[in-house]
Amino acid sequence: MKKIIFSGAVVFSVFAASFLGCGPKRDSGGSKLSGAVKIDGSSTVYPITEATAEEFRIEYPSVKVTIGVSGTGGGFKKFVRSEIDIAEASRPIKKSEDSAVAAAKIEYLELPIAYDGLAVVVNPQNTWVDYLTVEELKKIWEPEAQGKIVKWNQIRPNWPNEEIHLFGAGHESGTFDYFTEAIVGITKASRGDYTASEDDNVLVQGISTDKFALGYFGLAYYTENKDKLRPIPIDDKIDENGKGPILASDETVMNGTYQPLSRPLFIYVNKNNTDSNPSLDSFVTFYIDNANVLVPDAKYIPLSKEVYELVKKRFKEKKTGSVFLGKESTVGVKLEEILK
Amino acid sequence: MGKKGKSKIKKRLKYFSNTRVYEYQDQAFKYFGLFCTLIGVVVLMLLLGDVLYRGLSRLDWDFIMGLPSRRAARAGIFTAWVGTLWIMVLTAVIAFPIGISAGLYLEEYNKRSRLSNIIEINIANLAGVPSIIYGLLGLELFARALRLGESVLTGALTLSLLILPIIIVSTREALKAVPYSIREGSYALGASKWQTIWFQVLPAGVSGIFTGVILSLSRAIGETAPLIVIGALTFVPFVPEGVLDSFTVLPIQIFNWVSRPQKEFSENAAAAIIILLSITFIMNGIAVYIRHKWQKKVKW
Repeated sequence: MKKIIFSGAVVFSVFAASFLGCGPKRDSGGSKLSGAVKIDGSSTVYPITEATAEEFRIEYPSVKVTIGVSGTGGGFKKFVRSEIDIAEASRPIKKSEDSAVAAAKIEYLELPIAYDGLAVVVNPQNTWVDYLTVEELKKIWEPEAQGKIVKWNQIRPNWPNEEIHLFGAGHESGTFDYFTEAIVGITKASRGDYTASEDDNVLVQGISTDKFALGYFGLAYYTENKDKLRPIPIDDKIDENGKGPILASDETVMNGTYQPLSRPLFIYVNKNNTDSNPSLDSFVTFYIDNANVLVPDAKYIPLSKEVYELVKKRFKEKKTGSVFLGKESTVGVKLEEILK
Repeated sequence: MGKKGKSKIKKRLKYFSNTRVYEYQDQAFKYFGLFCTLIGVVVLMLLLGDVLYRGLSRLDWDFIMGLPSRRAARAGIFTAWVGTLWIMVLTAVIAFPIGISAGLYLEEYNKRSRLSNIIEINIANLAGVPSIIYGLLGLELFARALRLGESVLTGALTLSLLILPIIIVSTREALKAVPYSIREGSYALGASKWQTIWFQVLPAGVSGIFTGVILSLSRAIGETAPLIVIGALTFVPFVPEGVLDSFTVLPIQIFNWVSRPQKEFSENAAAAIIILLSITFIMNGIAVYIRHKWQKKVKW
């Protein structure tokens, strides 16, 4: 039995050493602000919040910022339970979520922090697709297409008589919600017979090895795999936001011409906690102030300077509630106008 | 015996006397067995080789001692492996005494009855329940009902539940292997039941018990699903200082990096996998060592 005690002691001493002696050095000095900021929500917004938390830590080393990745819906559930201070969301809050938050006697501040575009891509060996209209995308992806639209020449007659292989977001992701809403018109309405994955790298892999593939996912995944994929310009047939087919890029997403496949990303802040927790207040201020640098760093598209000013004003004035609740749809919304 | 029966026997005799067929069969099965063994080994080697090839260049002191970062080249796994270590030690502290005691009771004290049969079948079934189910249980019971939140303690309690059935089953198997004559000898010398168990049965079975226990623990540290369900976090730039602090573990960090668009993060994931594998190998090494050490000591 002595041996057991001995080996136990060895394990324990290694364990103790791990957080007593040899930890990484912490920055001393800086602000004396201490406390905790708990964040959870969308995996799409995660890279931006991660970048912000990392930079924030340099200035305020004793504030403990933690981030979880439970998805937009999961984040709101925790928000309602007051388990977190900030919920990240890749879509605006839903009516049902808004009333759940209200029932929990929580007031929230809705702050847009970046844009994200959805790229529609094909394999580089695909030479026939020059552009797609929203109408055509709808014909491919609507629920009625299941089992019927299976060949390229069913979309346009001069395209090859070959099977079309579809790749798209999994049902739990905000990307899926947004794409179906923007293209089909109804959230979560989609055909089911396609390769679905929550992990966009799986989709990239699939499309890059299949000549007859077509798929959609977040723009950042296209930018990182430019050599393996070919993006398709999208024509929404509405001339006010750019004539003809438009290719997804930082510029076209930012100036609102890449429609309907660009969307705003949000953080929702618990207002009650901003009063009682000074670290939360300075974290959110830091978030908005540095977004124009950190958002592109995280491979997303920043809002314009004016919009960030409006967002900051909104936060400072503690304007609660969502500006999206009355709206039928968030597709094609101009933030400058609705935040004023 | 009728005519039919006789001809059947004749047929069989003919078959078995045909030594060539027999030999072919033997040889064929030998190579088939070798082939099956190689599939396992070769696939494992390929996976290991792939991970080492991708991750080894990324592995250095800064990576092991670094905090999470958005830049792949600066990101480290310090908080992740410390979290894994915390979870491992706490799980061991919680699950070992309970599991071993339960195994002891079921094997040494429990009398055969319908109730004990039901308990036994249930424990065997529990060992096969998917780990994510334990995560859901942990979320409701520990994180919410007991208000422990997404703390190290919640994680350790959940994983303890997950490995308890395995510990109980392996403890019982180890005790079963101790010959009954040992117990009888001890009783014959006037020892009580407790004395018999403590001084004779446990020392004789301890190598088996500990092998099972350590292997179950190395399964626990590779689990991701139940920890994600209870709400273990992804970005935690500090190490837990108490059992109620937030934490992250290596598998969650790997999961997060694999799903990032940038290539460099998959290198980080490979390097983190090497660390996780090393921890598992060390644990299994300790298990083998303990078995070897104690087997020599026990003399009957």
